[in-house]
Amino acid sequence: MSTPKARFLALLLVLMTSFGAIASGGEEKHGEETFVPGDVIIHHVLDNHEIHIGNFHIPLPIILWDSKNGGLVGPFSSHHLAGGEAHNGYIMDHEKIYHADEAGGKLVVGHEEETNEPIYSKPLDFSITKAVAGVFLTSILLLIIFIAAAKGYAKREGQAPKGIQSAMEPLIVFVRDEIAKPSIGKKYEKFLPYLLTVFFFIWIANLLGLIPFIGGFNVTGNIAVALVLALMTFVLTAANGNKDYWMHILWTPGVPWWLKVPIPLMFIIEFIGFLSKPIVLMLRLFANITAGHIIILAFVSLIFIFDNLYGAAGGYGVSIVSVIFSIFMFCIELLVAFLQAYVFTLLSALYLGSAVEEHAHEH
Amino acid sequence: MELLTPNIGLVFWMSLAFLTVLFVLRKFAWSGILKALKEREDFIERSLKSAEEAKAQMSSLKAENENLLAEARAERETILKEAKEMKEKILSDAKTVASEEGNRLIAAARGEIEKEKNQALSDIKKQVGEISLEIAEKVIRKELSDTNAQEALVAEHLSKAQSN
Repeated sequence: MSTPKARFLALLLVLMTSFGAIASGGEEKHGEETFVPGDVIIHHVLDNHEIHIGNFHIPLPIILWDSKNGGLVGPFSSHHLAGGEAHNGYIMDHEKIYHADEAGGKLVVGHEEETNEPIYSKPLDFSITKAVAGVFLTSILLLIIFIAAAKGYAKREGQAPKGIQSAMEPLIVFVRDEIAKPSIGKKYEKFLPYLLTVFFFIWIANLLGLIPFIGGFNVTGNIAVALVLALMTFVLTAANGNKDYWMHILWTPGVPWWLKVPIPLMFIIEFIGFLSKPIVLMLRLFANITAGHIIILAFVSLIFIFDNLYGAAGGYGVSIVSVIFSIFMFCIELLVAFLQAYVFTLLSALYLGSAVEEHAHEH
Repeated sequence: MELLTPNIGLVFWMSLAFLTVLFVLRKFAWSGILKALKEREDFIERSLKSAEEAKAQMSSLKAENENLLAEARAERETILKEAKEMKEKILSDAKTVASEEGNRLIAAARGEIEKEKNQALSDIKKQVGEISLEIAEKVIRKELSDTNAQEALVAEHLSKAQSN
């Protein structure tokens, strides 16, 4: 086993090399002479059609739904589009895929009325991007971990847990006893599979985003992923809402009648609350994870900004401070990874709890 | 702004992947894990409860034992006491009986002795009387063999009778 000191040094090494990889990726894209930290950071937070590991670029399959081209197109490797050249009538600009015109540019189909900006023709992009790969990786990890754990329970029935089983058990019990039971109440068992899946999906996806050296996945920091998760909770809440729940939105009990008739003020407020819950859920997860990634990348970028300004000495000097701050941020992010999974699951459980709650009919 | 625009492809793949994971895990992982956890918790709870019960039983048994012991001790005590009393009573009874018997025997012996003594005394008196009579007869015979002496005696008695 490695000592804490050795582990710390290993972490330092990994962090530094991964930062190097990030920086080299940025330099390559934007040329040797100019380093634009904002572009580099956003490029890494946004989705991507390839995975960068150091100087290696792993192309990912591109799958398109193109009604002009008879439906499904692909999959074909993204390296065909990587250079900005047209391939099969498609062209990629800033990770977005457009129809190509004869000249090898983006096909213009009209102009905005006010700004006169060109509108480009685009197929629907169903590619396996870096974020999709992250989602798949997270899913596979979840399946492996929990099916193995379940096998452990079947194999050692009634015995003390072992291995992965005992690693996951406290978290499963935590979700059950600290999140589901107090938030939902008696009917918690019905929603436990969903809450457990959400919790571990977010947690593992968050951790995946923190592992340096594997291409810098940003799964939960992508708004589409957060949107799907929030929608799941929203749909599940709406589908399980009992009479009391809908009555509370339509005809809020316990408020004066003139707040409901003739202007349904209470209904409007309650309905906005109903809709804003999943939006808040989505934004909180997305913003927290993206912000964490941006901060860490910003600290790393400082090294190259100072390197550009004051030469190598400036870069090395700042790197000490940057690395210390980055390590600090990584520790914070490890906490945030768990915390956001917890918060998302807790709020989902609270919303579900409010949907299935049996009201005592006195208010 | 691009950061805030969800990509339709990612939404699709994410929904597909998440729902797949949800259903697969629900069927093959969560049900088994949650059931096993619940069973184990129930088992622990039951074990604790039965241990508690056994403890209570033990303590009640112990108390019962102690009670029994105390009762036995008390019984022994009373038996011993009773035996002692009995012994004393027997002893004292025996003593009284013995002393009464002794007294009675003594009294009887005394009565016998008195009787014997009286008898002996009366015998002695009788014999003394007889012997005295014999002696007197013999003396009188010897005295009265001499006529002078007879006359003297008659004279003496006559004089005595005249003086009275």
